[in-house]
Amino acid sequence: MERPRTLFDKIWDSHVVDEQDDGTTLLYIDRHLTHEVTSPMAFKGLASAGRKVRRPSTTLAVPDHNIPTQNRAAGIADPEAKLQLDTLVQNCKTNGIPLIELLDPRQGIVHVIGPEQGFTQPGITLVCGDSHTATHGAFGALAFGIGTSEVEHVFATQTLIQKRPKNMRVTIAGDLPVGVTAKDMILAIIGTMGTAGGTGHAIEYVGPALRALSMEGRMTVCNMTIEGGARAGLIAPDQTTFDYLEGRPMAPKGEMWPRALEYWRTLPSDADAAYDKEITLNGRDIPPQVTWGTSPQDVVPIDGRVPDPSTEPDSKRRQAIESALDYMDLKPNTPIDGIKIDRVFIGSCTNGRIEDLRAVAQIVKQKKVASHVDAMVVPGSGLVKQQAEQEGLDRIFTAAGFDWREPGCSMCIAMNDDKLQPGERCASTSNRNFAGRQGRGGRTHLVSPAMAAAAAVAGHLTDVRELAS
Amino acid sequence: MEIFDRLSGVAVPLPMINLDTDQVIPKQYLKSIERTGLGKGLFHDLRYDMEDGERPDFVLNREPYRKSKILITGENFGCGSSREHAPWALADFGIRCVVAPSFADIFFNNSMKNGVLLIVMPQEQVDILMADAENPDNCVMTVDLETQTITRADGSAMAFEIEPFRKARLLNGLDDIGLTLQKVHRIEAFEARQKADRPWLYA
Repeated sequence: MERPRTLFDKIWDSHVVDEQDDGTTLLYIDRHLTHEVTSPMAFKGLASAGRKVRRPSTTLAVPDHNIPTQNRAAGIADPEAKLQLDTLVQNCKTNGIPLIELLDPRQGIVHVIGPEQGFTQPGITLVCGDSHTATHGAFGALAFGIGTSEVEHVFATQTLIQKRPKNMRVTIAGDLPVGVTAKDMILAIIGTMGTAGGTGHAIEYVGPALRALSMEGRMTVCNMTIEGGARAGLIAPDQTTFDYLEGRPMAPKGEMWPRALEYWRTLPSDADAAYDKEITLNGRDIPPQVTWGTSPQDVVPIDGRVPDPSTEPDSKRRQAIESALDYMDLKPNTPIDGIKIDRVFIGSCTNGRIEDLRAVAQIVKQKKVASHVDAMVVPGSGLVKQQAEQEGLDRIFTAAGFDWREPGCSMCIAMNDDKLQPGERCASTSNRNFAGRQGRGGRTHLVSPAMAAAAAVAGHLTDVRELAS
Repeated sequence: MEIFDRLSGVAVPLPMINLDTDQVIPKQYLKSIERTGLGKGLFHDLRYDMEDGERPDFVLNREPYRKSKILITGENFGCGSSREHAPWALADFGIRCVVAPSFADIFFNNSMKNGVLLIVMPQEQVDILMADAENPDNCVMTVDLETQTITRADGSAMAFEIEPFRKARLLNGLDDIGLTLQKVHRIEAFEARQKADRPWLYA
């Protein structure tokens, strides 16, 4: 009998082009997303070596990282950003790569538009020169971030040279309490496993709390897998996945749909498949989460306190906590609930989808953003923006005092004008609280969209469950 | 790719854990369309104050570390963003070797593609090299990839492990794309097979 295999094993095995004795594998890549920041040097490398893009139609390009989120019709004022954008357009034209241009209504963050267009599908290998490519694993795809040299390698060969990662399983038993979301779930997971807990592994997320999530919620979970050190996070496809995909522009059509479906149903892990590492959390034990430090593992429940480094036995870890508290300007043992904020950012490939915007609207409806808080909503894509406007969410946001912007990565990476000023404190729905990530000297607290909305209204970090009730 | 065989020079100590690639090279350096000239931005926020003046307390702003060629640091170095600007910045500064107890996966691959040798060693051994690096009189060491050794200032040597295939690629400066294109017939065979089995991927 064949060895029972995981979802990851099945996808990996079916994409091996060649395997060396030492396990180094030439892995076939089905789909490739690309953007303006990590691709220009790859295209340049190709050109200087006289190489061609092997299968241009398998790549989809979109600008997202370094573009303005307002006044787009006026063109891009920043000359460096304009050069990156123009270079992407030219490179796509030269190499015959499909491109969604800046002013196209479908434009948005790569990890939002891939699923939206049905480009992301179960069972495929998908890569992008961006670490949050793990997002697409929510569809039961093997998706991971790569560097620019690997982008060039995919362009030229449609493959990557890889070592097979190990299997890790994260089980979320039970159900999530009301007011607790996919974001809280993944923050709690990272807090438990640590920022390097998944290094060298592909993580499969399982359990009833996971199954109950929408595709948007599953994408939020898989998206932040990289913050736990694993390049890829996967969730087995099910009816929720198929319902989301059916009819999307780039999803299989006609007689191809049932054939694809038949294959996708074989992908879930076999019952007795083995995992090299396991952790289990109970959804019922997860309250809303907030980060206090400068690593995504620096996470506490909203009713918790800022940690006290003097109680940390490991000296390296103690120094890291001290340095994070110094950067964040927080005192040990301060209650998290009540920490005053200056800014709120709703958006990013983690939490810039329609469900996230609905969650925010529900909290801020007929309320006002606190007078000292500057708050913005940046939809993940033009289609998310359109949908939100059809539902009237934009009017709820603007009436409450939020800025309503054009789609892009915005203040998650702060390459454009959307950034924190030194010393500003932000409740953010993004994925990284690294020092300087949202602007030099800026202080980031990662939270769910509902928690960010509650913070905007209260003017400080607060438990959304109390505000809602 | 530039060959890596033997490297002798100053080792700089950065005893921090989880140094992410945003710390190695921040976002403003990602606006370029070139992979050159990034050394000036290496460890930018640690190295420069808000007015872009050097922070005298940061190790790379002190002699003899301004000319560092080797970096000794803490666990999970290079976590976070996939930006290849991180190894480009290290190499442009002159650092072609990093020693740590562990590295993040994407950074690991990116570095190896740019002739930057990453050496994983147990914490106790990293601690010894860190102590050497912290003493300006002992901070010069030699990394020899062929023999897989780091020779300390006192002449003693420490062995390190590396996968044979990675070692061969670094020693010979091999171009991965060139290597892969030698297997193009296998790629073609794979595509023919996949097209028959999963035609929707080729529609």
